[in-house]
Order: sequence, then structure tokens, then C-alpha cells
Amino acid sequence: MDLVQLLLVLAVLTVAVAVISAPLRSPRGDREREVGDVAELEAAREAKYRDIRDAELDHRTGKLSREDWESIDRRLRAEALEILDRLERARR
Amino acid sequence: MDPHRKRQTRLVAALTAALLLAGALIYTSFTASTQAREPSQLARSARAGQSYQLTGRVVPGSIHRLGAALLFRVRDRRGGPSIPIRYTGAVPDPFRDGREVIVDVRREGGVFVGERDSLVTKCPSKFSKAESRQT
Amino acid sequence: MPALGRACLILAVGIALYGVVASLYGARARRREWVDSGRRSVYALAGVLTVAFAVLEAAFLRSDFSFEVVAGHSSTTTPIAYRAAALWSSQEGSLLLWVWLLALWSSLILFVTRRRAREVAPYATAVLLGLAAFFAGLAVLMADPFARSSPIPADGVGLNPLLRHPSMMIHPPMLYSGYTLFTVPFAFAVGALITRRLDAEWIAVTRRFALAAWFCLGVGIVLGARWSYVELGWGGYWGWDPVENASLMPWLTGTAFLHSAVIQEKRGMLKVWNVSLVLATGILAVLGTFLVRSGILDSIHAFGASTLGGPFLALIAVMVGGSVALVVSRRAQLRSEHRLDSLASREAAFLLNNLVLIGLCFVILWGTFFPLISEAVTGTKAAVGPPWFDRYIVPLALMLVLLAGIGPVIAWRATSAANLARSFGSPVGVATGLLVVLVAAGVGRPAALAMFCLGAFVAAAVAQEFWRGVGARRAVSGESPSVALAALVRRNRRRYGGYVVHLGIAVLFVGVAASSAFQHARDVRLSPGQSARVGGYDVTYVRPTSRLVGEKISLGAVLDVRRHGRHVATLRPTRGYYPSLDQPGLGAIGRYFDGQATSEVGLKAGPTQDLWTAVEPDLGPLQRFIAAADRRFSNASPDLQGFIIAAIVQRYQDAPPPATFRLIASPLVTWIWIGALIVMAGGIIALWPAPLSLRARARSARAAAPAVSGEPERASA
Repeated sequence: MDLVQLLLVLAVLTVAVAVISAPLRSPRGDREREVGDVAELEAAREAKYRDIRDAELDHRTGKLSREDWESIDRRLRAEALEILDRLERARR
Repeated sequence: MDPHRKRQTRLVAALTAALLLAGALIYTSFTASTQAREPSQLARSARAGQSYQLTGRVVPGSIHRLGAALLFRVRDRRGGPSIPIRYTGAVPDPFRDGREVIVDVRREGGVFVGERDSLVTKCPSKFSKAESRQT
Repeated sequence: MPALGRACLILAVGIALYGVVASLYGARARRREWVDSGRRSVYALAGVLTVAFAVLEAAFLRSDFSFEVVAGHSSTTTPIAYRAAALWSSQEGSLLLWVWLLALWSSLILFVTRRRAREVAPYATAVLLGLAAFFAGLAVLMADPFARSSPIPADGVGLNPLLRHPSMMIHPPMLYSGYTLFTVPFAFAVGALITRRLDAEWIAVTRRFALAAWFCLGVGIVLGARWSYVELGWGGYWGWDPVENASLMPWLTGTAFLHSAVIQEKRGMLKVWNVSLVLATGILAVLGTFLVRSGILDSIHAFGASTLGGPFLALIAVMVGGSVALVVSRRAQLRSEHRLDSLASREAAFLLNNLVLIGLCFVILWGTFFPLISEAVTGTKAAVGPPWFDRYIVPLALMLVLLAGIGPVIAWRATSAANLARSFGSPVGVATGLLVVLVAAGVGRPAALAMFCLGAFVAAAVAQEFWRGVGARRAVSGESPSVALAALVRRNRRRYGGYVVHLGIAVLFVGVAASSAFQHARDVRLSPGQSARVGGYDVTYVRPTSRLVGEKISLGAVLDVRRHGRHVATLRPTRGYYPSLDQPGLGAIGRYFDGQATSEVGLKAGPTQDLWTAVEPDLGPLQRFIAAADRRFSNASPDLQGFIIAAIVQRYQDAPPPATFRLIASPLVTWIWIGALIVMAGGIIALWPAPLSLRARARSARAAAPAVSGEPERASA
């Protein structure tokens, strides 16, 4: 292996070690957890909104009977409210 | 019928259907299959009139055309006795000396007659360095 | 540079192993920083492998023959695009491509989910890195892409001419992208099972990856079929060859998973099915990668017996054993939240869909491995051929297409008879109408007939769904039909993209049915001036052609094609002969005629029918000239040899012997490719992320903290 290659290998090695060990050298802890909570709840909220719209479209195109749709819609909206509440609390 | 029994019946019916189909599939695979053989095995014992799927290598220098038919000899991948084949039908592009072939044959007297269009020549190995040199 | 590449590979193995340990430790000890370090090792792995891949690709592009793989698969005369693709025509290069793609997709999923699925992600990371360590380890220990050639040859062996086709350049990367993308949901399913977090979270975060995997694998499969049709002198597009089957099986289980996942998200059912399907898909993806390079099955593509078989079998055994153990031990958490209410329901249709797709996969698995099974059971190897496959695939395919029409339309939970009539009246009417027309027109072949009618059923069902969807939207928004249609599709991409895919599948199967059932094929020997008739075409062999293109000798024919007396096409099929480079015993002149041969197909494609022609010139009468030339000119200069070859080739042109032609007239083949394109379009629609404007509106709506009294219209798709 010539000198150029050796230097390149060392460079790659150094970058890799730096990237991998960064969290171990400066742990971020609790703030990280909170940001994660918010992200999870936002994703859950988007998914719930999509479920609500999907159910309505299913009903309008004849795949969900009126009774079924109304009960599903009520349940989903209640779940959405709950997620929004938790999101509010998580942001504080 | 109460829901529980209905579900049980459905499950039993579905499983029975699946088993029957699987059984038919397995049975026909054993009866409808052609036995795969190597040339050395066929050279030793081959029943006249029975179809075999032959896998082996084309012996270099053995390929001749006789009218519409193609004559060549096939031997085991690792070498050994070769058997004569007479074949009519489509000849794949990679077919030549030394290539591995798969062909359905039937013994007729001293020669093995290849079933029409059953000749398959293996693409020269992409993943074997030795073979790739024989491009 | 080889040393840099090799060092990167070894480093990659080290990083992967470290990442497995760090992720598992961080997950168990609940120490976030170790989990993050494990995630970052995936990023580092991707970086390191990119360097390795770049080194190898540069060597190919530069034609650096000090690399053994470059010498073995490329040459100075190989065009530059094929030089780049030659990397993955080798065992070693293809392994590097596989693990590089795995690292890329793993980095992507972990980056995208870096704040989500925090319990499951570390275990998924460990699984992905474990697979990466395996493949990189194979490359380091058994199939080194950076091995040096000694001595360094002046020129390489070159790429197999059969592979010099654009489809063959893209086919392996597409297949490998499919396989490696499927490992992502596999890994998350394993993580979900380990952590017992078996709601739909692991499905939701990996959904796009599963869809992208399905898409890439499907494209790879279709490209392989198309290449076979236009490039090989065989005239078919699918032969039930083990290597073809190996790529189809994970695609089938992947399709089942994509559908059955919807049921889990909507109704919390089919949980066992979903984990099992995705685990099976991951296993089949690795199995497919293994089959192609193991040599355990006789196949037209069998890539020779290689030593990699053992490790792969061990990996597959671990994957199977681990999967079964996980699913069995977690079955309590996998219980359905609801039960099946009625057989005439969406849930039942999707369940039946799972069964049909699994059935198809089982038939193919059994048939592919039958030589090994029969050897184990009876002691002799036996093989089953396409007729056996067709017998079981055809009815299952018919059921699949039927379900593709039922699925989009049928209602959830249960349907009354009146509702069924309302939903299915039009599609059934269209299908029945077509049946009457076709039977009256004298179309026989019940299976093909059934497929045509089912195709019409699906098309009508999909059209009805779009119609109803547009109507539903217009009832609320009052938009014009075209605006409503665009908005409908944009806001419900998964659903309507999926419907488009169903339409494409139906079109594709109609093409397959027609071209299989109503094909006319003939093998004829013709002299110039003679004609043959096939499928309504009159094909006349007008004159021979001969050309020398570089090292390739091209002999062929000009064919005049007429239909009802009118000229419709002139086709020019040829056979190309490449020189043999290293077979001893061939004369200096003779070796030009005895090397690799390829066919150039003469194809007239059309919306109703394809005419496919291939020629096999008879070299017999030329042999004595070739032999004489070998004797006299074996030591002549290359220029003189070239002149002699040109003279021999001219002789073929001047006094052509009868040539053998294969003529195939197949109806509706073009619709197979069109159907595949429609499927791709539907897949792209389904994959497309929500427009940024919708997402931004969602964010601003959230910032204003609305009271949720009513319409959540601003949600992203």
C-alpha cells in the first residue's frame, strides 16, 4: 500500500470513528427525548387525520355503511382530540 | 349457526381445501416430473422410451449438423463417458463446445433423441471466474 | 487503490459488528447515546462502502486490469456504459453492490425515523447491521472484489455479449434494490416482535420502503422478461426457470404484505399474517440472492457451483429459525382485535388475496426446489417443467385478477345483497357483455377467455371507483370533474395509485393470456425467395445479410412481411458470432466462428400482435473454407486474417445455404409491457410524498392550535 492510499484509509477511519463516537462523547439526554415525543405525536396525529378522511371517502364511495361510518368517525375524532391534548402537554 | 361455530366451520373448510390442493400439487409433481440424469448414469442404464432430463457438458468437437438435425455428445460436468444425442428444434444462442446443457431425451436404440425445442444451454457463468474466461 | 477498497471493506465489517453490539446494549440498558452511536454506525457504514464502491467503479471505468474482477469482466473494447455495469456482472462486485444498497437504505430509514419508533429502531438497526456484516464479511473472506490480478493482463476478457443490453444494465440494481429495501420492513418487524410493540407502528414507519421495494423488484422482474423476449433467440418472456422464480417469490409475498397491512391499520386484524408475510419476504429475498449464485439448482442461469452456498444456507436457517421462534412466542400480542364478520367483506377479500398469493408462492417454491425434494424423498433427481407450473398458476392467477376487481369495490365488515348488486352490477355487466361478444366471435380457450373477462371486470371496477370518488369530492367541493379528479388522486395517493396498479396488473395478465393461448410458432428452413406462413403473416426470405462489426461477424436475413398481400414490415434478424478467446484447438480463422453467439431478433411489435423472428444461418457449407483457411493462414498477420474472414463471410452472402428461421406470431404481447408501465405509474403515484404545501399547511394549522370541531382537511396524504 503506498502512502496516498494509507493516508486515505486513515482519513476514512478517522471520519468514521468521529461520526460513530459523537453521541458517546457528548450525550444529549432529556431534551432529545422530548423532541422525540413531539415527533411521535405529530406522526400519530397525521395518521389519525388520514384515517378520518379515509373513512369518510370509504363511506361516500359505498364501502362503509352509515352506521359503521358514524361510529368509526366518532371514535377516530375522539382519539384525535386525545392526541392533540397530549401534543399540547408535550410541547410545554 | 352461532358465530363461533361459523368461524370454526370456515376454518376447517379452508384447511381442508388447502390440504387437498397441496396434496394434488405434491402428487402431480412426483408423477409429472422427468427424472434428471447425468450422462454417465444414462450410459449405464436408460430405459428405452422413457423421458429423462439430461444435464451435462457438450464434448468439444462433437457438434455436427445432419440436415435438420443436430448431433452432439454430452458428458458429465466432471468428465467421463459421453453419450450421443440427436436433436431437432431451436438451438439456443450460447450453445457450443464445452457449454453446460439441459435437454430432454429419450433412448432409441444406441442414440438418445432430444425432444423438440427442449435444449437449454446455460448462460456462461457470470459468477465463476474460470468459466468467464471462456467467453 | 485496491488496498483502499479492501481496507474499507474490512472497516465496514468492523463498523457493522460494533453497531450491532452498540444498538443492542443501548436498547437493553436504555442508554440513548449507545443507540445513537449504533445508528450513526449505519451512516458510517454507508459512507465507507460508498468509498469502496467508488474505488471499484473507477477501476472499471478506467479499465484498470490490476483488479482481477475488471480483467475478468471488462475489456478496453467494452463501451463505457457497459463497463460501469460490468461491476455487477461479477460475483464479487454484485455482493458489494448488495451490501452498499443495504447500507444506503438502512441509513435512510434510520435517519427518517431517528425520533420515532424509538423502542423498535435499535433492534431493527442490529438486524440490518447483522445482514450487512454477513455480506461484507463474505466479500472480505470469500469473494474479494479487490483481489489483484497477477500477472496484470494487457486486456480483459470482456463482458458477455448477451449482457450488452440496456435492460441488463438496470436489471440487477433494480432487483438488488428490491431485495435490500425489503430487509428494512423485515428488520423492523423483528424489532417489533422482540419489543412486543405489535400495533401498526412498525408498519407505518416502513410502509414507503416496502412499497419502494415492491416497485423496484417488480421493475427488475419485468426488465428480465423483456430482455429475454427481445434479446434471446427463444421468443419467450418467462420460462419458470429457478432464477426467475427466485425473484418472483418475494415479490408475491411482498404484494400480500402490502395489502394485508391495510387491514391491520384499519381494523387491527391479520397481525400474525403481516409479521409472517414480511419475515417470509425478507427470507425469500436472501434466498433469491443465494439461489442465483449457489449452483444448487440446474438452471439456464445457474452461475456455477460456488463456495458461497454454505454461509448463505446458514444465514437462511438463522432467519427462518429466528422468525418462527419470535412469531410463536409473541402470538398473544398478535391476536386480532376484531373478527371476520362476513365472507362478503373487504377483510375477507384481503384474506383470500393473502391465501391466493401464498398459494402462488408455494407452487413456485415447490416446483423450483423439486429436484432437491425428489432427491431427498426418492433418491433420484426429477424436475417439473412449465406445463406443471401452468396447471396450478393459471387458476390461481385467475382468482388473483378477480380479487383485484373485487377488492377496491367491496365494503367493510359486511354487505347486504342489495349493496352487492349496487357495487358490482356494472363491472359484472361489462365482463358478461365481453364474454358474450367473445364467445359469439368464436374465441375458444376457456382460461384465456376467463382472463379477458376478468380483465374487463377489473377495468370497470377501477373506473367505477374513480367515478364514485370524483362524485364524492364534487358533492363537497363543487369542482369541475378534471380538477376534482386531480385533487382526489393527490390527496388519496395510496388508494388511487393502488387502483391504477390493479388496472395495470389486469392489462398485463390479459396480454399474458392472449400471447400464451393464441400464439402461432413455426420453425422453417428457407432458401432465399421462399416463404412461410404464420399467424396470418406471409414471411419471405428475401436475401441474406452479412456484416463485420469490430470483432463480431453478423450473418442474417432480410425478411419481407406481408399480411393480406400488403407489405407490413421488413425485418432483419441476424446472428452474431464473437471470437472465442481461449479455447485451444480452434484455428486462427475458425475461432471467429466458434465463440459466443448472440441473436438479434427481428421484431415487429404492434397493438394487436407481435411478429417475432430469429434466424440461424447454416455454417455447414462454409466449414471447409474455414478449415482450409485455418491450415493456410494460421500464422498470417491480423490484417490478412481479417481479409480472409471478410472473404468467407462474403461467400455466405453470395451463395447462401438455406437458413433455419423461428417465426412466432403472438397476440397482445405489447399489452404486457403496457400493463407493466401502468403498474409502475400506479406505484409512483402511491409512493409520491405529500406535496410540501400540504405539509406546511398542516404545520401552520397546528401552530394556531385549532379546536378540533370539524374537518381535518389539511392533513397530509
